[in-house]
Amino acid sequence: MGLLTFMGGIHPYDGKDISKDKAIVDYLPKGECVYPLSQHIGAPAVPVVKKGDKVLVGQKIAEAGGFVSANIHSGVSGTVKNIEPRMTVAGTKVNSIIIDNDGLFEEVDFSANIKPLEGLYREDVKEAVKEAGIVGMGGAGFPAHVKLSPKNEDDIDTIIVNGAECEPYLTSDYRRMLETPNKVIAGLQIVVNLFDNAKGIIAIEDNKPEAIKLLKELTEGIENITVNAVKTKYPQGAERQLIYANTGREINSSMLPADAGCIVHNVDTIVAIYNALVEGRPLYERIVTVTGDAVTDTANFRVRIGTNIKELIDEVGGFNIEDPGKIISGGPMMGKALFTLDAPIVKGSSALLCFREDVVADIEPSNCIRCGRCVEVCPGRVMPNRLADMAEHGDIDAFLAADGMECCECGCCSYVCPAKRHLTQMISSTRKQILANRKR
Amino acid sequence: MKISSSPHIRDKETTTNIMGKVIVALCPAAIFGIYNFGIRALIIYIITILSCVAFEALFQKLIGARITVRDLSAALTGLLLAMNLPPNVPYWIPVIGSFFAIIIVKQLFGGLGQNFMNPALGARCFLLISFTGIMTSFSYDAVTMATPLAELKAGESVDVLSMFFGNIPGTIGETSAFALIIGGVFLAFLGIINYRIPVFYIGSFSVFILIYAVASGRGFDVNYLLAHLSGGGLMLGAFFMATDYVTSPITPVGKIIFGVLLGFLTFLFRIFGGSAEGVSYAIIIGNLLVPLIERVTVPKSFGKGAVKHES
Repeated sequence: MGLLTFMGGIHPYDGKDISKDKAIVDYLPKGECVYPLSQHIGAPAVPVVKKGDKVLVGQKIAEAGGFVSANIHSGVSGTVKNIEPRMTVAGTKVNSIIIDNDGLFEEVDFSANIKPLEGLYREDVKEAVKEAGIVGMGGAGFPAHVKLSPKNEDDIDTIIVNGAECEPYLTSDYRRMLETPNKVIAGLQIVVNLFDNAKGIIAIEDNKPEAIKLLKELTEGIENITVNAVKTKYPQGAERQLIYANTGREINSSMLPADAGCIVHNVDTIVAIYNALVEGRPLYERIVTVTGDAVTDTANFRVRIGTNIKELIDEVGGFNIEDPGKIISGGPMMGKALFTLDAPIVKGSSALLCFREDVVADIEPSNCIRCGRCVEVCPGRVMPNRLADMAEHGDIDAFLAADGMECCECGCCSYVCPAKRHLTQMISSTRKQILANRKR
Repeated sequence: MKISSSPHIRDKETTTNIMGKVIVALCPAAIFGIYNFGIRALIIYIITILSCVAFEALFQKLIGARITVRDLSAALTGLLLAMNLPPNVPYWIPVIGSFFAIIIVKQLFGGLGQNFMNPALGARCFLLISFTGIMTSFSYDAVTMATPLAELKAGESVDVLSMFFGNIPGTIGETSAFALIIGGVFLAFLGIINYRIPVFYIGSFSVFILIYAVASGRGFDVNYLLAHLSGGGLMLGAFFMATDYVTSPITPVGKIIFGVLLGFLTFLFRIFGGSAEGVSYAIIIGNLLVPLIERVTVPKSFGKGAVKHES
């Protein structure tokens, strides 16, 4: 049998070598920490602290603003300085809680949150996950407790831990799997046990043989957990593609993974679930890879959410060039370019990728030569060249008829285009426009 | 720090690179053309390529558009057109052909990527219709003679081996099936062209020829088939003209339909048509059907029609 995979996709230079052997290092923030109230999909959280309040590490500072929303906890101890709009990595100002870090890192008593796993009701587990403010940490930021509460509980038969880490340069999930594999496995067990008919899969791209080997050894004898090596190909870690590779089931953009009997969680999310249940710790830290050719050194940091990005760059020795070409929050395929370093690490920040030179911003796109490369690589099996034309002409009806909403904005089409057209950008702005109109 | 929408990395392949690789792949056959027909072939190459590039630059300058001759697409059109001309044409023929290819077929419809038929083939067919005498007179070793394909059609016997290697009369770049196959395989190997169009074109053409051979009482005549495969512009057409990105279907299934259609049309024109050759007309007619073929072969998007999983 061939390796598990999907149709389409690309093989960009993966750039993981420069950071994959760097063990995770704790980084404690020195300056103030900023907590945007919206760092997840859904309603913004509502502050439960006010200016001047004293807070501790792990203290809830904002509460979910609805079912699809998430609590936010402080990663530092100190005083609430203000609640005001601050710049985020997304490039917009979001109302944020600012905490003056006292540098003491006094923690709340986490042991009070711990309940023995045995005999714990499933609803208690979901409640604990919700209370811990856990959201999808691969970048999308979908609240984890919502994923864990599908309507068709009995149909859920597969829980997939997404360890593909298909974005080039990113190594945070890899280090997680190597350094705390037992937390990954135990976290997966907790989720598998929520469903009567579920088994667990840990899916890892085959460019990480050490992680595959380690997790296979550790899961030997565990009947309901398997480790699957999936083919190294971007976007193997895209939710729909990963489900297809592991189960052969296809879902479209209007369906949920639960419709394929699956729940998919990122490695770091699964570890956060473990931390919440077993250690009583809410989500207040995550692993961030600082990498690229523009930083003096690379690192995989365990970072408090809210830490200023500038601090992390300084910690690796700063830039090795006066004016780096581009700084990206996340990976090179789907990450966001930053125009300021004065923004906080949020729950979905997987990496800071710093390039000496930017190869994209000054590109002059030329005519489409209809080579068909975009169609070949599109994992959504749509025709990006046509969708981009429709987007350019503002032909929404044609765009919808050509399944434009099935685009997952993975960026493969733009990557391969020899005419250097900004296909993904054109398609994604039209998708956003359509979604915005639907909400109205 | 620069800002742009994701993705932030790009593949190294560019339009210019692709055109350059196609030109390199054409070189064995093009150089064989000079060897086979002498210095006149070289002069025709130079005139055609220069006039194609000049017409493109001139037109773009005139309408105030960005001048894009550096993408090598006009040069490639020039090379292909030259390879499609008989070696003994007067030197004004390539200039008129280049004008038709670049200005009429390509630029008037919007330039690169917008033309509805292959510019070089469009120009060849235009020249064939307008200057039939010049375009169908093939001189070889200073003697005007019929092409092997015409002899074959007339029922005479032909030397398949020299047809395969190309020591025969014909247009400058079409005679050596061997050199063209080398170039075509090189392009397929580099991933510049997809195997589907050439394989289904040549494959279906072979099947139709063999059926005809059997039905017309020749029997299962492999020699007849090989002569048809090596003769005329089939290899040049199948590997380099039918695979033209702009004028062939993008969809995988569309490429197969397109290939089979070309095989059928070429068979039809060669066997039942007035002239011995049929590749050029087959491909430009095929070009016109591309939008239709694409329309009916749009791939099914991922997860379309998926049903909910129930255990």
